[in-house]
Amino acid sequence: MTDSSFDATNPPSRELLNDCVHCGFCLPTCPTYQLWGEEMDSPRGRIYLMDLAERGEIELEGAFTEHIDACLGCMACVTSCPSGVQYDRLLEATRPQVERNVPRARSDRWFRNGIFALFPYRRRLRAAAIGGALYQKLRLPALAERVLPPRLRAAQALMPQVRLRSAFASLPRRVRAEGEPRRRVALLSGCVQDVFFHEVNTATQRVLAAEGCEVLTPRDQGCCGALGLHAGREPHARERAKQTIATFEKLPVDNIVVNVAGCGSSMKEYGHLLADDPEWTDRAEAFSAKVRDITELLAELEPRAERHRIDAKVAYHDACHLGHAQGIREQPRSVLRTVPGVDLVDLPDAEICCGSAGIYNMVNPEPAEELGERKARNVQAVSPDLLVTANPGCLLQLRRYLDNVPMLHPVQLLDASIQGRRPTEAPMTE
Amino acid sequence: MLDRAAHDALVAAVGSENVISDPVQLRSYECDGLTGFRQTPSLVVLPRSTEDVAQAVRACHRHWLPFVARGAGTGLSGGAMPVADGVVISLQRMREIVHIDPVDRRAVLQPGVTNLDITKAAAAHGLYYAPDPSSQQVCTIGGNVAENSGGAHCLKYGFTTNHVLSMTVVLPDGEVVTLGEDTDEQLGPDLRGVVIGSEGTLGIVCDITVRLLRVPETVRTLLAEFPSVTAAGDVVSDLVAAGIIPAAVEMMDNLAIQAAEKAVGAGYTLTTPAALVVELDGPASECEAQFDQVRTICERHGCTRLHIAETAAERAKIWKGRKAAFAAVGRISPDYIVQDGVVPRTRLAEVLSRIEDMGRDAGLRVANVFHAGDGNLHPLVLFDDDAGELERAEQLSTDIAELCVELGGSLSGEHGIGTDKACSMPRMFGEADLSTMDSVRAAFDLRRLCNPGKLLPTPRLCGEKPGRYRPHPLEEAGVIERL
Ligand SMILES: Cc1cc2nc3c(=O)[nH]c(=O)nc-3n(C[C@H](O)[C@H](O)[C@H](O)COP(=O)(O)OP(=O)(O)OC[C@H]3O[C@@H](n4cnc5c(N)ncnc54)[C@H](O)[C@@H]3O)c2cc1C
Ligand code: SF4
Ligand code: SF4
Repeated sequence: MTDSSFDATNPPSRELLNDCVHCGFCLPTCPTYQLWGEEMDSPRGRIYLMDLAERGEIELEGAFTEHIDACLGCMACVTSCPSGVQYDRLLEATRPQVERNVPRARSDRWFRNGIFALFPYRRRLRAAAIGGALYQKLRLPALAERVLPPRLRAAQALMPQVRLRSAFASLPRRVRAEGEPRRRVALLSGCVQDVFFHEVNTATQRVLAAEGCEVLTPRDQGCCGALGLHAGREPHARERAKQTIATFEKLPVDNIVVNVAGCGSSMKEYGHLLADDPEWTDRAEAFSAKVRDITELLAELEPRAERHRIDAKVAYHDACHLGHAQGIREQPRSVLRTVPGVDLVDLPDAEICCGSAGIYNMVNPEPAEELGERKARNVQAVSPDLLVTANPGCLLQLRRYLDNVPMLHPVQLLDASIQGRRPTEAPMTE
Repeated sequence: MLDRAAHDALVAAVGSENVISDPVQLRSYECDGLTGFRQTPSLVVLPRSTEDVAQAVRACHRHWLPFVARGAGTGLSGGAMPVADGVVISLQRMREIVHIDPVDRRAVLQPGVTNLDITKAAAAHGLYYAPDPSSQQVCTIGGNVAENSGGAHCLKYGFTTNHVLSMTVVLPDGEVVTLGEDTDEQLGPDLRGVVIGSEGTLGIVCDITVRLLRVPETVRTLLAEFPSVTAAGDVVSDLVAAGIIPAAVEMMDNLAIQAAEKAVGAGYTLTTPAALVVELDGPASECEAQFDQVRTICERHGCTRLHIAETAAERAKIWKGRKAAFAAVGRISPDYIVQDGVVPRTRLAEVLSRIEDMGRDAGLRVANVFHAGDGNLHPLVLFDDDAGELERAEQLSTDIAELCVELGGSLSGEHGIGTDKACSMPRMFGEADLSTMDSVRAAFDLRRLCNPGKLLPTPRLCGEKPGRYRPHPLEEAGVIERL
C-alpha cells in the first residue's frame, strides 16, 4: 500500500472516511453542487478525494486543493447525511494539511495573509473602519467597482456602512441584572461584530440584563480564532483559543454567551481543537461546555421582561454556523415568537448557504456572489418587512444584494420589543 | 486515454467549460451508490441541453466511444459505473422544471430534476408525483426512468412506468426521437415502455413528461410493532386477503430499526423485533373504515405497540425513520451492500429465515427493510471492507438475490440489474429470453456503445460459462451470436 499523501499531524482519519457510504443524500443541499453539478464539488466527491489522498493515490496539490478550497464549510452536508458522516471533522483535519503542504501562488498567499493580518485584530479593524468611512465619504466605491480585480472588489463591496462612533465605542465591563438575578454570564464581543455591529453587542447586553442576567464583558478579550480555524490556519486558531480560554476562565460565570454564529461554533469545538495538548484539554472542555449562543440561552430562560407588540412579517435566515454546525434552529425561532405581532416566515431553500462563509466571499468571490443573489431572490420571494439572522458575516453578505429589506440580529428585534420602539429605530440608551 | 480527435469532438459538442478531463477530478466519477465496482472514465461531459446531449452522443458514435449516462449516481446496481476508456454523460446541468400544467396535471422535466423537486413544484397546485423512492431527495427523474424506480407507495400507485407519458430520447447513434404520447392511451407498440427500465442501455432520456396526481383527501399512517417478523408478515397477508389496498405497507427488522433510530430518532422501539408502517389514503370515510380494519388485524397478530400519527409532523417522522433506514445502516456498520429482490408475498417469512441462516453461515449480519406489500425485499448485508469481508459480503448478497428467484420471485424489484447482477440473469431467464433482449438492444444500438456490459450478461464479464447459461441452439448453429 502506498503512503498517505497527508502528513502525520492529524490527517483525516480512516474511520471517519469509511463512514461515507456514497449514497449521495448530501448532494442537493451542497451549495457548490447546486451551482456546478460536478461530483468533485459535492460533499460525496470531496470525501472521495480525501479518501484517495489518504490512500496515497492522489496528490494534495492541484485538483484536490482546488476542491477543498471551493468548499464553503457550511456543513449543510452534515445535516443532510443520514449516515452521520462527520464532514466537519474531516474538513477541519484536511484544511491545515493543505495550508501546511501545498504552496500557494504568491498573490493568493498575500491576499490570505492580508485578511488574517486584519480581521482578528480589533485595533486594525478600527483603523480599516476609518479608512472605510473615508472611502465611502469620498465615493470611492463606484470607482473601485470599475478598476479593482474581482477579489478586492468583493472585499470592498463587503465593507459595511461604518459609523465611526460605534466602531470606537467600548462596551461597559459589567451590566447588572434587572430584578432578581437568574444567571451570571460573560459576553464574547467578537472582532468584526464589535467594530462593525457594535449595536448588536449593546442590544445583547440590554436584553440579557432585562431577562435577569448579569453580564460581564472583559476588555482584554481578542479574536476567538474562528476565521482562522475554518480556513485551516490551525496554529493561529489554537493560539487564539488559548488566549480566549485564559481570559474567560477567570470569570465566575455560569455561561459564556456569544452572538456570532461562526464564533460560537468554533468555541464549542475548543475541546476538540486542543485535545492533544494535555495542559489545555480539560480547560478547553470546561470552557466549551459553558458556551451558549445568545438565542440558545434566551430560549432556556422563561421570558421575564415585557414584550411590546411589533407587527411585522419577519423572515428568519438560518446562519449555517448556527443551524448546520450547532443544530440551533428552533431556539431563535421560539425566542422571536415571544414578541407579539411577529409573523415568522421561513425562506425557500433555507438550508443552502448565502455564500458568506467566513472568508469565503473574499477568496472565492464569484460563487459567493451567485449564492448571495440566490439567497436574496429567496428572501424577496416571501416579501418580508424584516430579515433576521444571527451572524454578522451573513448580514454583510446579504446587504450587498438586498437594499430594500432592513436586516437585524434576532437580539436587536427583541431589544426593540422590550424597549417598545420600532425595530428600525435607534435604540434608547441611558 | 482518449485519442485527440475524439477528445476534440466532445469538447466541440458541449463546450470546454462542460468537459472534465483532469485525472483527479475524473476519479470522483468512478462509481455510483454501489462502490464495490469502480472504473475511472476517460472523460466526463455535462451537457446543458438535449441538443448538447445529441451532439455528445453523435461524437461518441462517430469515434466508437462507449458512453454511460449518469444522473445523481445513487443507483445501487452499478448502472452508472463508467466503462473502461469510455465517456460519462452527466445530466446534472439539466435540472430545469420546464413546465407544470395544473389543469391537465402533468409536468415536463429535464432529466436531472430530482424526484422530490417535482413534488415540491407541484405542491402549489395541490398535486404530487407519486413514485417515491427512498432516495427521492437526490435521485433524478432520468435515473428513475432508466431504473423504473419505485417506492413505498408503488403498491397502490404503480412504478415509474405508470407515470411517464412521453419522453425525448437521444438514441445511441445521436438521433433524437419522442416516445409515447401525452395521453393515457398509448398507440402502437409501446417503445416508451421498452426504454423505461432499460438501465440506460437504449439511449439517453432527456425531456420527460410525467403525470401528476391530486394530493389525497386524507392520509392515515400507523406504526405497529410486532414480537416477530413472521407476525408482521402475516399481517400483510391478512390485509391483502381482506381486500384492503394500502397506499403503503413497509416492514423493518430489528437491525434496520436500530440504524434508523440512531440516524433520525423517529420514535420506533429499539428492541422490537419487527415494525410495520401502514398508510391508507383516499376519501375520508373510506380511509377511516379501513383504518379500523387494519388496527383489528394488527391486534389479532399480537401487535406490541400501535402508534397512530395524529399530525402531519408525526407522520413525517414515521416516514423519516423508514426512508433514512438504508443510508442509516452506515451508522451500525462500516460498509454495507443493499440487495433488492422480490418473493411472492406468501413466502416472506420463509425467505427471511433462510436469509438469517445464510448470514449466520457467512458470519455476517443482515438487516432487512422492505416494501412488504409487493414482497420486495431489501436485505442489507453489513460488512467491514478493511477486515477483508467484501468478497464474502458480495457472495452472500448474490446468493440472497438468487434465493429470491429460487422461491419463485425476481432478481430485482426496483434497483435494477446493472453491473451487479448481470451475471445472475441466466438464473432467471432462459437463453431464448436473453437473446431476445439482446436483439432489442441491438436494434437500438448496433455498435453496442450505450452503457455496455450492464443489464445483460456477457462472457467477458461473467466468465466463459456465465451462471447456468448454455448456448442457444441457434447460437450453436451460428445463426445468432452474443457479444
Ligand atoms: C439510500 C438509497 C435508497 C434508495 N431507495 C430506492 C427506492 O426506494 N426505490 C428505488 O427504486 N431505488 C432506490 N434507490 C436506488 C436509486 O436511487 C434509483 O435507482 C434511482 O432511480 C437512480 O437515480 P440516479 O439519478 O441516481 O441515477 P444513476 O445512479 O446516476 O443512474 C442509474 C442508471 O440510470 C442511467 N441513467 C441515469 N440518467 C439517465 C438518463 N437521463 N437517460 C438514460 N439513462 C440514465 C444510468 O446510466 C444508470 O444505468 C436507492 C438508492 C440509495 C442510495
Ligand atoms: S460544507 Fe457545505 S460546501 Fe462544503 S461540502 Fe458540505 S455542503 Fe458542500
Ligand atoms: S456524506 Fe453522508 S449523505 Fe453524503 S454520500 Fe456520504 S454517506 Fe451519503
